Amino acid sequence: MTTQVQMSAEDKALAYPSPLKEFWQGFSYNKGAVMGLVFLAVVVVAALFAPWVAPYNPIDQYRDFMLTPPSWADGGTAKFLLGTDEIGRDMLSRLIYGARLSLLIGLSAVLSSLIPGIILGLLAAFYPKVLGPLIMRVMDVMMALPSLLLAIAIVAILGPSMLNTIIAISVVSLPGYVRLVRASAMTELNRDYVTAARVAGAGTLRLMFVTVLPNCMAPLIVHATMSFSSAILDAAALGFLGMGVQPPSAEWGAMLSSARDYIERAWWVVSWPGLTILLSVLAINLIGDGLRDALDPKLKRAA
Amino acid sequence: MSEAQQPILSVRNVKVHFQVAHGDSAWPWAAKKTLKAVDGVSFDLYPGETLGVVGESGCGKSTLSRAILNLIPATDGEIVWMGKDLRKGDARDWHRVRRDIQMIFQDPLASLNPRMTVAQIIAEPLRTHRPELGDTEVMARVRKMMKRVGLTEQQINRYPHEFSGGQCQRIGIARALILEPKLIICDEPVSALDVSIQAQIINLLKELQREMGLSLIFIAHDLAVVKHISDRILVMYLGREMELAGKHALYDNPTHPYTQALLSAIPFPDPERERHKTIQLLAGDLPSPINPPSGCVFRTRCPQAQERCAKEPTKLHRVDDKTQCSCLLV
Repeated sequence: MTTQVQMSAEDKALAYPSPLKEFWQGFSYNKGAVMGLVFLAVVVVAALFAPWVAPYNPIDQYRDFMLTPPSWADGGTAKFLLGTDEIGRDMLSRLIYGARLSLLIGLSAVLSSLIPGIILGLLAAFYPKVLGPLIMRVMDVMMALPSLLLAIAIVAILGPSMLNTIIAISVVSLPGYVRLVRASAMTELNRDYVTAARVAGAGTLRLMFVTVLPNCMAPLIVHATMSFSSAILDAAALGFLGMGVQPPSAEWGAMLSSARDYIERAWWVVSWPGLTILLSVLAINLIGDGLRDALDPKLKRAA
Repeated sequence: MSEAQQPILSVRNVKVHFQVAHGDSAWPWAAKKTLKAVDGVSFDLYPGETLGVVGESGCGKSTLSRAILNLIPATDGEIVWMGKDLRKGDARDWHRVRRDIQMIFQDPLASLNPRMTVAQIIAEPLRTHRPELGDTEVMARVRKMMKRVGLTEQQINRYPHEFSGGQCQRIGIARALILEPKLIICDEPVSALDVSIQAQIINLLKELQREMGLSLIFIAHDLAVVKHISDRILVMYLGREMELAGKHALYDNPTHPYTQALLSAIPFPDPERERHKTIQLLAGDLPSPINPPSGCVFRTRCPQAQERCAKEPTKLHRVDDKTQCSCLLV
């Protein structure tokens, strides 16, 4: 108490935890989210420093060691910790290098559909007379097409490359975001605090991004983390059809689909990429959960 | 509040009509019906005065208040603010006017953005209307206003859900007052609060009104509350004005049959009188504002209705120097 008395009025406001610290307090309360963050941090560090972390070059083939089991299994060697695939490439190295592409695809696909999705959804909610129905009918047309078919069509038009894969995946997942943002923005728009902001003189842009959007974030964060995983899987499907990331580049989804033939003979070839995808997706969903809770003032622990 | 003063706000024959799809034919090409939420309301408001607006649910009180702020655009009529017809103005005029007219809402918690701290909420009007003010100046004003409405400085970084209803309404009042407006529209500001808190909020409003020379438009359905705070009272029914009178004139000597029925429903704090009083029950339901009765809209439930009530249109006319009434029989 004595320290508080000495503070001036200006300092008192600073005595509250800084937004970052407050956020971390809320976030770290969720143990699952912290575990997810730790796992993802390990994956990201491994991806960033892949040339130093990975024991081998991911595209080097060791023909003498084709389909070697993991080191602890019968017939495994200590040289290849997680075994090798059908043409003798080290699984661990491929997973580490694959993290680069997979995380990049997931992240950029989510961001490049999240941002236009938010803008289009807010526009549709704020202008319900002409622009709203127009945007929503276009989105309905996009939703009416099977998503993979649409993605294949887009890649076929643009040509197979990683950038085009990202574009195709984000176009396909756009309608979900638009609908989600529009629906939650429309419920929020009827609330009194939006009217109050209007009376307070807020312009349309301020209403959109300062008043309404933060209150629509909860479902958006969950949807974004979910679609991160489906982006990785969609990229794998496109890769499988020869329209995604081109071999011999290592990418988790592509590794998974190319190893299907060996599922009975060599479980590790298909299990490691599958497990990696599963764990990363789980980690990201847990982080999303923690983010949602930490960003919602109502769920914040009383300071 | 002499009559010689210029009114700050003159509402002339304001109408707010909505086009609604009718009943079972919701097809886009089906003929739309007109819902007359507010149908020709006129009144003057003088500086420092409190105008109470009463009437049952759905009579257009809230719609009228939102039309004055252009939150729901009026269909017809004039809204003259300090000698300027706002309905002829553009968006920039409205923006300027909203610096002078602020609003307090019915549900105190719902009217505060759940993602903003108290400081951000109270500062929002300053940030949008007075962007030239620096951060320190804004925060100084916010602190001063918080103290003025009875909040403590320690609460400045809290979120709305951490407050009680009465405190939330104080935050709402602080937000409305921070721009030092001339008129505050209170849309049932106390009907969601406990009786003891109601009194606190009403007294706070009265105090602030005296200090800052505010005019108030006070919407409520609680007649006792309205009597306590208002100078003049406007009684509405089905989007029309029934009676506009000084509060003593209205409570002591109601002229319109609808006002008489409303007032007879107020309980007396005296069991002897309460036991012997007669309540004028109104028969029937509120007619639909899509298809209002001809002539006087109140005639379907009026105990004194006569044949001419169905034929002649009603208009607010002066009964004596304090009272204006729309009843044809008065």
